[in-house]
Amino acid sequence: MSSITLTGVGKTFDQTVAVVDLDLAVEDRELLVLLGPSGCGKSTVLRMIAGLEQPTAGEIRIGDRVVNDVEPKDRDLAMVFQSYALYPHMTVRANIEFPLRARKVPKEQRVAQVHEAADMLGLTELLDRKPAQLSGGQRQRVALARAVVRRPLAFLMDEPLSNLDAKLRAATRVELVDLQRRLQATVVYVTHDQVEAMTMGHRIAILDRGLLQQVGSPQDVYDRPANLFVARFIGTPPMNTVRGDVERGDGGLGLRVDAVLLPIPAATASAVEASGLTELVVGVRPEHLEVAPDGAGVLPATVELVEHLGHEQHVVCRLPDGQLVTVRQGSHLPAPAARSSVRLVAPTEHLHWFDGATGARVGS
Amino acid sequence: MRAERPAGVAERRRRRLRLAGRYLLMTGLALVVLFPIYITVVNSLLRPDQIAARPPSLFPTDPQWSSYRIAWTDGHMGRYLLNSAIVTTAIMVGQVVLAILAAYAFAFLEFPGRGVLFVVFLATMMVPFEVVFFTNYHTIADLGLLDTYGGLILPFLATGFGAFLLRQAFLTVPRDLRDAAALDGYGHFRFLWHVAVPLARPTVAALGVFAFLSAWGQYLWPLVATNDEHARTVQVGLRQLRDTSLDNINVTFAGVVLASIPLVLLLLVFQRQLVRGLTAGAVKG
Amino acid sequence: MSEHVRAPGRRAKDALLGYALVAPSLVLFGVFVFYPFGKNFWLALHRTPPFPGLPKKYVGLDQVGDVLSSPEFQKSLKVTVLFVLYTVPTGIVLGLLLAVLAHRQLKGMTVYRTIFSSTVATSVAAASVIFFTLLNPQVGLFTYWLGRSGDLGVLEDPTTALIAVSITTIWQTLGLSFILMSAGLQGVPDDLEEAAAVDGASAPRRFWHVTLPMLSPTLFFAAVVGSITAFQAFGQIDLLTEGGPNNETNVLVYSVYKDVFRYGNDGVAAVKAIALFFIVLILTVVQLRFAERRVSYAR
Repeated sequence: MSSITLTGVGKTFDQTVAVVDLDLAVEDRELLVLLGPSGCGKSTVLRMIAGLEQPTAGEIRIGDRVVNDVEPKDRDLAMVFQSYALYPHMTVRANIEFPLRARKVPKEQRVAQVHEAADMLGLTELLDRKPAQLSGGQRQRVALARAVVRRPLAFLMDEPLSNLDAKLRAATRVELVDLQRRLQATVVYVTHDQVEAMTMGHRIAILDRGLLQQVGSPQDVYDRPANLFVARFIGTPPMNTVRGDVERGDGGLGLRVDAVLLPIPAATASAVEASGLTELVVGVRPEHLEVAPDGAGVLPATVELVEHLGHEQHVVCRLPDGQLVTVRQGSHLPAPAARSSVRLVAPTEHLHWFDGATGARVGS
Repeated sequence: MRAERPAGVAERRRRRLRLAGRYLLMTGLALVVLFPIYITVVNSLLRPDQIAARPPSLFPTDPQWSSYRIAWTDGHMGRYLLNSAIVTTAIMVGQVVLAILAAYAFAFLEFPGRGVLFVVFLATMMVPFEVVFFTNYHTIADLGLLDTYGGLILPFLATGFGAFLLRQAFLTVPRDLRDAAALDGYGHFRFLWHVAVPLARPTVAALGVFAFLSAWGQYLWPLVATNDEHARTVQVGLRQLRDTSLDNINVTFAGVVLASIPLVLLLLVFQRQLVRGLTAGAVKG
Repeated sequence: MSEHVRAPGRRAKDALLGYALVAPSLVLFGVFVFYPFGKNFWLALHRTPPFPGLPKKYVGLDQVGDVLSSPEFQKSLKVTVLFVLYTVPTGIVLGLLLAVLAHRQLKGMTVYRTIFSSTVATSVAAASVIFFTLLNPQVGLFTYWLGRSGDLGVLEDPTTALIAVSITTIWQTLGLSFILMSAGLQGVPDDLEEAAAVDGASAPRRFWHVTLPMLSPTLFFAAVVGSITAFQAFGQIDLLTEGGPNNETNVLVYSVYKDVFRYGNDGVAAVKAIALFFIVLILTVVQLRFAERRVSYAR
C-alpha cells in the first residue's frame, strides 16, 4: 500500500474551473473520504489521481513517485465505479480475472487470486454468472473483487454505494470498512453522502466548488467546522445559523439579534476585535439548542411545527426577524404547542462563530 | 353480459367465418408470391419441349436433373458461384473490418478534425454508386484490374454507412468501461477486441449480413468490370447463361435455382440478423 | 466528456492512431467516391470528342443545357418517375397488407411469414431472368396465360413493357417490404390497439385511426428509401428490355450506361449522373428532415 500526495493540483476544463490549488495528503493505510455536493470537483480529483484526467496544475505523487505523466495502467491503482463498470458480456469470473490477464499473470496464479478475491467477497457461488443475472449488491461486490484481485497500491472508489437501496447501503458500509481494515488498504473514497463520510472515513476532506474547505477527522469536522459551508453541510438537521451585528455592551462585545444582545465569549471577542469584524454569524447545532422550560431563555421565538421521529423530536421555531431554527430534543420532553411563544437557550461553549463576510470560523 | 349470450353465439360464428376468410386470403397471396419460385424449380426439371408444350405442365412428372449438370459445367455456374463467394466474402469482411476501425476512432479517440472527417464519411452515403460507376470503370481499367477479383472488391471495401452504424453502437458502450479497462492495462486494440466489438456484436452481425446481401446481389458493377467467366459473378453469369441457352430454357431455370441456393441457406441461418440488417440497412437504401 | 486523455504523449499517440484507423477508408473514398464525383462536374463541362484520343473540349454549360433539354433525357426522366410511381406505392401497400395479415399470432403463421419474406432470397438478376423467361413471346407461361402467344411480346410492347418491369420489381422487393412493414407493426404498442378496441372502435377504424398513424414513420421511410432505390434501378432493365421498346423503359441509370458503354460519351453521361445525384440528394434531405422531426415527437 502507498500514500498519495497532491500538491497545488488544479484542473480547468475549457472555460470551467473544476479544482483549484488542492493540497491533500492521503496517508498509507488511510481511508480518506472526499465529501461534497455534486459538481464540487471530488470526482475530478479522483480521476486525476487515477490518471483518467490530466491536471492542469500541480503535482500528484503516489508514494514517492510523481505520476503526472504516468499512464493509468502504470499507476497500479484500482478503481471502483459508481456504475460498477462490469463487462456485461463476461462472467463474474472473467470480470474479476480481466485485470490479471492484462498484466500477463500466469494462469495458475490467476485462478488462485480470483478464488481468493471471490472468497473474500462471498462470490464463489456466482463465478459463472453474468452481471445481468446478479442483484445490485452482488454486482457491487464483483466490482470490489475486481479491484481487490489486483493487489494495487491504493483503491479509488467513486460513490460505490449510491446505486444500492438504503438498507443494503448501510450493510455494505460496514463490510467495506471491514475489508479496508483487513487489507490494510489506502482508500480514497468519493461520496456526497455525509453519513457515509462520517461513518467510514478516518479523515474527511470537504470540497466545495473546486476548493478544499477542511480536512479532519469526522469528529473534528463536526465539532469545529472551519467555515459556514462545512458547518451547514455536515449534520442533520443542519446547524442553525443566525446573522447579527457586533455591538459593544456593558460586559464586552455582543451580537445584536433583534431585541437580544448575545454576549460574545472573551476568547472569540478578542479575535473579533483584532480583525475589526462588524458582522458575525452564530451557529448552534439543533441538539445544543433547548426550549427553556421556565421561559427563562434568551431568544424569543414562535413554534412553527413539531416533527416527531420516535426517538427524538424536531421543534421548528421562527425568530422575530423571520429566520427559522430547529431544536432537536429527546422524545421524553414535552412538545411545545404550535404557534406558542417560547424562549430558546444554548450553552455558550456550544456556539460557533463565523465571519459574516467570508464565512470563516472566528476564534477557536 | 349475461343477457347477451345468444348474441355471443352469433358473434362467435361470425368470428370463425372471418378467420376462415383470413386464412383463405393469406393462402391465395402465398401462392401468388411463391408461384414464380415454384415454376422456376418445376421448369428446371422439365425438358425444353415440355416447357413449350400447351397446355403447360405445372408438375415435373419425369424430373430431368441433367439441366443442373449442364448449368454447372457448360454454363459455368460453378465458376460464377465460386467467384461470387470470394468477392462477396471479401467485401463483407473488408467492410466490417474497415468500419470497425473507423468507428472506433470516431467513438473513442480524439484527434483534430474528427468532426469534419466524420461528416466526410457521412457524405459518402449521399453519393449513389450509380452516379460514379463509369469513372470508377476507367479507374479500375487504368489500374489493370478489369476481370479481376480486386477490381470487383476494391470500390466497395469502405463503407460510410457501416462506420456510422458501428459508431452509434460503440457510443452506447459506457465510458466507465473504457476507463476501467485503461486502469486495468488494456490498450485500444485489446479494448476494441475484448470489450467494444463483443458489446456491439448484434450491430456487427447485422452489418455483415447486410453487406453480404448487397454484395451478392450486385449487377451493374460486375457487368461492366468483367468480360469473361474468370471473374464474372453469378448475377451477371445468369445473363450469360440465359443468352447462351436460349434453346434450353430448363438450363436457365436450373441456373437461377443454383444462384439462389447460397442466399436461401444464408437466410435460414441468419434470419434474425437479416431483419436487423435490412431494417437498419434500409436507412442507406 | 471531452477530456478523455492523459499525458501529452498519450494524447498525440491517440490522435495518430485515430488518423491511422480512418485512413484506409478515407483513401478508398477518395479514389472511388469523391474523385469520380468531382470528375462528373468536369466531364459535364467538357464535350466528349466523337473519336477517342481527341482532347475533350471545354463548352461551359452548353452540354448541360443540351442534355437537359433533349427529348431523350426528358423521356428517360419521365420513364424513371413512372417506374418509381408504379413500384413504390404498390410495393408498400402489398407489403403492408401481408404484414397486417400475418401480424396476429395464429396457427401456421410462421409458414406464411417465411413465404411472404421469401423473395429477399432472390436477386434482381434472378427475378428478372425468371420473369424474362416466363414472358418469352414463344414459350413463356405468362404469355400463354395472357393469351398473347404469337403476339408482340409483353416486353416488346411499348404499352406494357414498363408495367412488366415494374411487376418484376415489385415481386422481387415484396419480401423486403413485408419485413419492413412487419417490423413497423411490431413497434405499434398493443395497448393502443386494445384501448381503441375497448372504446368500441371497429377493426377497420382501429387500423385506419390508430395503427396507420403510428405506422406513418415506417411508411414514410419505406417510401423515401424505396424511391431512392427505384431511381437507381438498372439490372431489371438490362435483363428484361435493355431500355426498349422505343426507349419506353430507358430509365436514367440505363441511359447513363448506354451513353458510356455503347456511345462512349462520358460527358453526356456525367450530366445525367449529376441529375440523378440531385434527385437522390433531395430525397435524402427530405428523409433526414423527417427523421429529425420524429426525434422531437419521440415518447
